[in-house]
Amino acid sequence: MRGYITRRVLATIPVLLVVAVFVFLLLRLTPGDPAAIIAGDTATDAQIAAIRHNLGLDQPIVVQFALWVGQLLHGNLGTSILSGKTVASLIADRAPPTIWLATITMVLTIVVAVPMGVLAAWRHKTWVDHLIMSLSVLGFSVPVFVIGYLLIGLFAVDLHWFPVQGYTPPSQDFWAFLQKMILPAITLASIYVALIARMTRASLLDVLGEDYVRTARAKGIAERKVLFRHALRNAAIPVMTVIGTGFALLISGVVVTESVFNIPGLGRLTVDAIFSRDYPTIQALILLTSGIYIAVNLLIDLSYTLLDPRIRY
Amino acid sequence: MASETTPIRARLRLPTHLLRPGGGGFGMVPMIASVVLALIVLAALFAPFITLHDPVQMSPAQRLKPPSAGFPLGTDAYGRDLMARVIYGARVSLIIGIGASICSVVIGLAIGLVSGFFRYADAVVMRIMDGLMAMPSVLLAIAIVSLVGPSIWTVMFAITIPEIPRVVRLVRSIVLAARDEPYVEAAIAAGTSLPRILWRHLMPNTFAPLSVQATYVCASAILTEAILSFLGAGVSTETPTWGNIMAEGRMYFLIKPELIFWPGLALSLCILSINLIGDAARDILDPRMARRKE
Amino acid sequence: MPAVNIENLRVAVTRGGPEVVKGISLTIERGETVCLVGESGSGKSVTSLAAMGLLPKGSLEIRGGKIEIDGEDALAASPAALRRMRASKMAMIFQEPMTALNPVMRVGDQIDEVLKEHTKMPAPEREKRVLDILEQVGLPDIARVRMSFPHQLSGGQRQRIMIAMALVLEPVLLIADEPTTALDVTTQKQILKLIKDLQVDHGTAVLFITHDMGVVSEIADRVYVMNHGDMVEDGPIGALLRTPQKEYTRKLLSAVPSLVPRPGREKPQKAPVLDVNNLEKIYGATSLFAKAAGTRAVDDVSFNILPGRTLGIVGESGSGKSTVARCIMRLIDPSKGQVRIDGTDIVGFSRQGLQPHRAKFQMVFQDPYRSLNPRLTVGESIIEAPVNYGISRTLAMERARELMVEVGLPADAVGRYPHQFSGGQRQRIAIARAVAMEPKLLVADEAVSALDVSVQAQVLDLLDRLQRKSGFGMLFITHDLRVAAQICDEVVVMSRGKIVEAGPADRVLGAPSDPYTRSLIDAAPGRDWDFANFRPMARAEGA
Repeated sequence: MRGYITRRVLATIPVLLVVAVFVFLLLRLTPGDPAAIIAGDTATDAQIAAIRHNLGLDQPIVVQFALWVGQLLHGNLGTSILSGKTVASLIADRAPPTIWLATITMVLTIVVAVPMGVLAAWRHKTWVDHLIMSLSVLGFSVPVFVIGYLLIGLFAVDLHWFPVQGYTPPSQDFWAFLQKMILPAITLASIYVALIARMTRASLLDVLGEDYVRTARAKGIAERKVLFRHALRNAAIPVMTVIGTGFALLISGVVVTESVFNIPGLGRLTVDAIFSRDYPTIQALILLTSGIYIAVNLLIDLSYTLLDPRIRY
Repeated sequence: MASETTPIRARLRLPTHLLRPGGGGFGMVPMIASVVLALIVLAALFAPFITLHDPVQMSPAQRLKPPSAGFPLGTDAYGRDLMARVIYGARVSLIIGIGASICSVVIGLAIGLVSGFFRYADAVVMRIMDGLMAMPSVLLAIAIVSLVGPSIWTVMFAITIPEIPRVVRLVRSIVLAARDEPYVEAAIAAGTSLPRILWRHLMPNTFAPLSVQATYVCASAILTEAILSFLGAGVSTETPTWGNIMAEGRMYFLIKPELIFWPGLALSLCILSINLIGDAARDILDPRMARRKE
Repeated sequence: MPAVNIENLRVAVTRGGPEVVKGISLTIERGETVCLVGESGSGKSVTSLAAMGLLPKGSLEIRGGKIEIDGEDALAASPAALRRMRASKMAMIFQEPMTALNPVMRVGDQIDEVLKEHTKMPAPEREKRVLDILEQVGLPDIARVRMSFPHQLSGGQRQRIMIAMALVLEPVLLIADEPTTALDVTTQKQILKLIKDLQVDHGTAVLFITHDMGVVSEIADRVYVMNHGDMVEDGPIGALLRTPQKEYTRKLLSAVPSLVPRPGREKPQKAPVLDVNNLEKIYGATSLFAKAAGTRAVDDVSFNILPGRTLGIVGESGSGKSTVARCIMRLIDPSKGQVRIDGTDIVGFSRQGLQPHRAKFQMVFQDPYRSLNPRLTVGESIIEAPVNYGISRTLAMERARELMVEVGLPADAVGRYPHQFSGGQRQRIAIARAVAMEPKLLVADEAVSALDVSVQAQVLDLLDRLQRKSGFGMLFITHDLRVAAQICDEVVVMSRGKIVEAGPADRVLGAPSDPYTRSLIDAAPGRDWDFANFRPMARAEGA
């Protein structure tokens, strides 16, 4: 058991390293002088030279990488060109709205998607199944920002049920916070719900064809208990896996959703950074989100040990 | 009693039969999807002949006009014909969708075959793929485009890169499963060389799943392109793309929601039909279904 | 009142498909064991699933007939009533005990679930009952077993759990669908005895479904024979084995290979085609993190095969017999030792170095459905090796057509795809492919194990005929002592990677000196019966 956890944790190190190499090379392999890119369009030659020296860009590329990783390990993500603040403090400022949005979306998704998938599998090949699968294909196909604007147009502009855009911290006014979070969360959840409902259904259908489900039926167990006691737990692992890999979709969706709903979170920070060509910030954001993705998937991997007694080492 | 209920049930069943994607041959839904997609492709191909205006021609006098005979969907904030822009927008989406799916499938197939068959390459390749998978595709694409500059080729490159690991994983899993098949061992015993075993015995197994995967990559690439354009990190804003039109329409959303609605509809229909065709193809090609038939 | 009464049962593929069970009738009295025998596709398993009401929804349906369990009409019962009948009146055990148990649930809980569902027993009483039934099915250390997950138990233990689960409510009928087919012979013997003992204790009626006449002769009171959905014949076990009435039954019995070894053949005075010395294969020792020891799958194995002779390696699962075959074929690399083929040691060769020698040793695999590439025509598969060794395609294809005829298929079969052939035909094709290069050594790994018994005999015949003609040496890997007795000149018995006994087939199988070999032969079901001659074995009659 402990061996499995240790090996899983150790296995993330090469992946993190690969991400770091990619992010590092992204800037170095781009045509043009990285120092000039980092300095931004308005910098003078002297400023560029100073940056080049500060970042060690005049040294061999391997040394540069080592220096940069060393900085990262000390928690130094660099300095934003746009604001002059450290990127770390910028991220800390902008993180709360995004964390709230992601958490609410995640909860909403699991609460909606898993029952939908279970229902579709249970009522396989009936109209319930077809309806759920059709909705899921829709959720898969209609882009997040189109859904966002449709929801705004319908519920905010026409019906006035919710505010159009914006964000209020929950500490300030919890009710306003909730009101402003609902539409973005639904928007962001759409594609994720579609993905997880599909996977839950497919995985459950697979399991329902297994021999031990036939055994349970041969024992005269009620169909409902067959589904919940025998099938669901065995179907959970592929669903968990998709929740993990689908997390990348969530991150991409955050950028768009925050942009549509004007929420001052990390997604907006990303878009702002693009427009101001604030590379240290972009770099740091890619690193951060990749790190979160790896961490989430590590946690999910570890949770398999609780779901399946066969996984021990 | 029974004679009364039966027809109702039959009528209730009818739409579900139509909704079922691809069950039993090529069903109704994928058929409609194919027609819709064909229409979009034709419109993109013959855009100059079916539009009334040049999509980039500005006429300040015609700003934000409602639909009329001259401008069937009205005009945008610069007085450009919205319909012409939406039709031309299909071109970029389709080029990127098709280009990215071909590139990622070809590259992914090559890497996946090598990774699946050669153990020593596998460990290194898969770590790199894991790393690529960990980077959110939209963020990575944004970074690439903003560094290299916004051209359609950069965007295609930026979209292809994050799709490759998914293809590699698929190909690798198929190769790993097929590698232990007795018919592959029989080929080894027959003295067949490794490249030839890859080519003749392993690669054909990937074609069916890859063609399904290619449709999903295509849909995902079109979606990502739209997101990039929408965020202002896509193809240059002078080119009409569905994402660009919507990005420009955002400011006028409250006055003229059509600026977002029409390109959004075109985009959604396009992705939806590709996804439905992919689902139908998967249902037909699903190896498990095939095995059951045997 | 009989425990089970099936009348004129008809089961068909849904939506007007063909009938797979065509109006069969069957009765079982309490305390009686009835065997339902047939080859694949006979409809025997479908019949049992129909009795349990477990036909796969949407693919098979009951067209007509009657099924009464303990006087209760199972076909007319509501779903809820049918569910109550299961486990309390009728229970079932399956072929594959690993997949038939829920992998994420403790086995004790899986048995307890039956009690929870069908009785109002309080928890402590249920626990007592579970421990009691675990004890009855002969499991050791029942307190620990109850808390185990299926993967922590052996195959035989898992099947015991299945039996415990089936019998915990003392049903009237136990249906056992090939319950010992996936098990080793020694385990099979124990499970058969267990079923018999429990049946005597509880007076359960048993419907035992099997393809194995040996098992039938061990446990049946009466036998029903099915073929292609029809009931061919039924009768008490003795009468059916001695005086079968129908041609099909006679054919089925005649095809059962005898345990009496083939008459010895003269040893040729030639150099061996295969000479294996101190072969060793250790798994998992190379990894950096793994324990240093590794698993010794093959340990110090030596034997040799002369041209025109057949050596059989017999053993139970995990004995290392297949690993030996794969080492010889260099599908895996041996850890140590020598494998001389026609005088050349092939162990040290690289892939390229091995290439010129590959043609001399060829292999026939177990599963005829997976050993031919489904995307290539049969001809393409057969000429693969000749073309690799520089023979022109036209010439190779001409030879392939001749080979088809030689293995008993039409010459134009070379243009067809594998899915157009039956399992037995595919195995013939696989043999044609293996002999296309005129190898000195043919390795057959469980080559007839996946085939029905009547087809088995034909394929064994074919191998024998080809060997007489071209004089290759054959290494025949099998778990089935009857098959080994039919085809082998020499037999090597393996257990846990080691050779425990080796020698001429008539000595090893007729007068084994090693206790393990003896236990294997003792466990072979139906060893007292000479099926092909419709009489008990001479030895048993004398005793």
